[in-house]
Amino acid sequence: MEKNNVKRADLVIIGGGPAGMSAAVAAYEKGLRDILILERDDALGGILRQCIHNGFGLHRFGEELTGPEYAYRYEKQVREYGIPFMLNTMVIDVDGNKVVTAMNRECGIFKVEAKAVILAMGCRERPKGALNIAGCRPAGIYTAGTAQKFVNMKGLMPGREVVILGSGDIGLIMARRMTLEGAKVKAVCELMPYSGGLARNIEQCLNDFDIPLLLSHTVVDIHGKERLSAVTIAKVDEGRRPIPGTETTIPCDTLLLSCGLIPENELTKASGIELDRITGGARVDGDRETDIPGIFACGNVLHVHDLVDYVSEESVIAGEAAVRYINGEKSHGMALKLVTDGKIRYTVPQRISSAEKTKVYFRVSNVYRDVKITVKAGDRVLLEKKKQKVAPGEMETVILTPDMLSSCDKDETLAFSLEDIKK
Amino acid sequence: MSIKERKLTCIVCPKGCDLKVEFDADGKIAEVSGFTCPRGKDYAIAECTSPVRTVTSTVRCADGAVVAVKTSKPIPKSMIFDVMMEINSVLADNNVKIGDVVIANVLGTGADIIITSNK
Repeated sequence: MEKNNVKRADLVIIGGGPAGMSAAVAAYEKGLRDILILERDDALGGILRQCIHNGFGLHRFGEELTGPEYAYRYEKQVREYGIPFMLNTMVIDVDGNKVVTAMNRECGIFKVEAKAVILAMGCRERPKGALNIAGCRPAGIYTAGTAQKFVNMKGLMPGREVVILGSGDIGLIMARRMTLEGAKVKAVCELMPYSGGLARNIEQCLNDFDIPLLLSHTVVDIHGKERLSAVTIAKVDEGRRPIPGTETTIPCDTLLLSCGLIPENELTKASGIELDRITGGARVDGDRETDIPGIFACGNVLHVHDLVDYVSEESVIAGEAAVRYINGEKSHGMALKLVTDGKIRYTVPQRISSAEKTKVYFRVSNVYRDVKITVKAGDRVLLEKKKQKVAPGEMETVILTPDMLSSCDKDETLAFSLEDIKK
Repeated sequence: MSIKERKLTCIVCPKGCDLKVEFDADGKIAEVSGFTCPRGKDYAIAECTSPVRTVTSTVRCADGAVVAVKTSKPIPKSMIFDVMMEINSVLADNNVKIGDVVIANVLGTGADIIITSNK
């Protein structure tokens, strides 16, 4: 390989979406200058560029912004600070020694030797192929995010009569968006007995437009040869199996799929970083450091967030920690292990390596009412937090203080559980 | 005499609080409960008197590109589709940027249609 095809940078950030930009800005503000953001698309901003609806930034900026406006705040900072970024640049490998291999049209294939790397590649939608729907394979079936890109960035309508499978937030948002542009959204079917989307999106995206949300329903057949002509839906039982006799056929020309998001961890896997089976992202410590020292992860590549505000918050943690790592100041004094009871599905971080204040994000596996979140070290209760209602679609957090953490043995296990409050 | 109540989901923030509005015999709002912030209470009252929504959409530029827009403040919910027709009938300048107004005081609502993305 030619010499000019090897570059160096203190910090390489893979992905120029909200996570990558927040991490870059945080690292810059901690004094680091030699930063390089690598972005696959032709602009910074990531998925926010197509999320033109409002509701972003209430936590971070105290005001309601649309997706592109939220992204622009960070892009402006990146540009004002003069943080280098390369667009149209695809990273193809990250190795355990923090050598990043990437390519673009100008440089061809090149390597960047980094002191630290932040993985901020985001997530992808679960595709049709992963859903095992029977029937034909006509045109007119899209993931909700693809449809969102067509409508919001290209000004093209994917269809006129729509059924949506899955009630994740993007599906709900697209139900409203398609309706506003004159399409008829006939139903949103959700396999589970509850929606995976935010309650407010059910209200303002479905109820506002009288779009029915059919819980415990799925698509069992697809009709149409060239173009989709109808879908058959059916009710499902507790085991999520279609109940014979409950089938209804709905004529439509478009089926949108909003059936979950999967962290995009091909690079992470190839680098040998240990992944969490439940989150689909890397297993990290409180600093969002993976099991390879100096490689960090943040945002939707680590675990899928409902709010970009939390992505930014988490990315600041990763960005600042990367600077401490580069400066040789990152401590690994503890090895606390976080475990969950199943009602709590996962925590991020999965381990804690210093007694600094740590915000722990987690999700529950079902809708539970009148519960308390409990964190125990052995028999000692470190923290209890009461909740009227918790749901899988809404990420929860607790804060572990330095006092709580320093009261633990170096390699103790912290047990996260959900307990009923007796009424 | 019938005392009615209405249950709502707050849309002010992602928390989505369950709100309850109770009416007296004259149909006036007697009590609002379930909110966890003052904006939630305001939302519940507005929703039962004159509901409003922020509308977000896109406009096409003369060169065919698409940029995102929003209403600068919430507009009456009953006017959403009228406002959408206005938005879809406008052609924006090729060099618009975030913050530019493409329609001032849309349909007399007092809200402007402003650009929210750069090309």
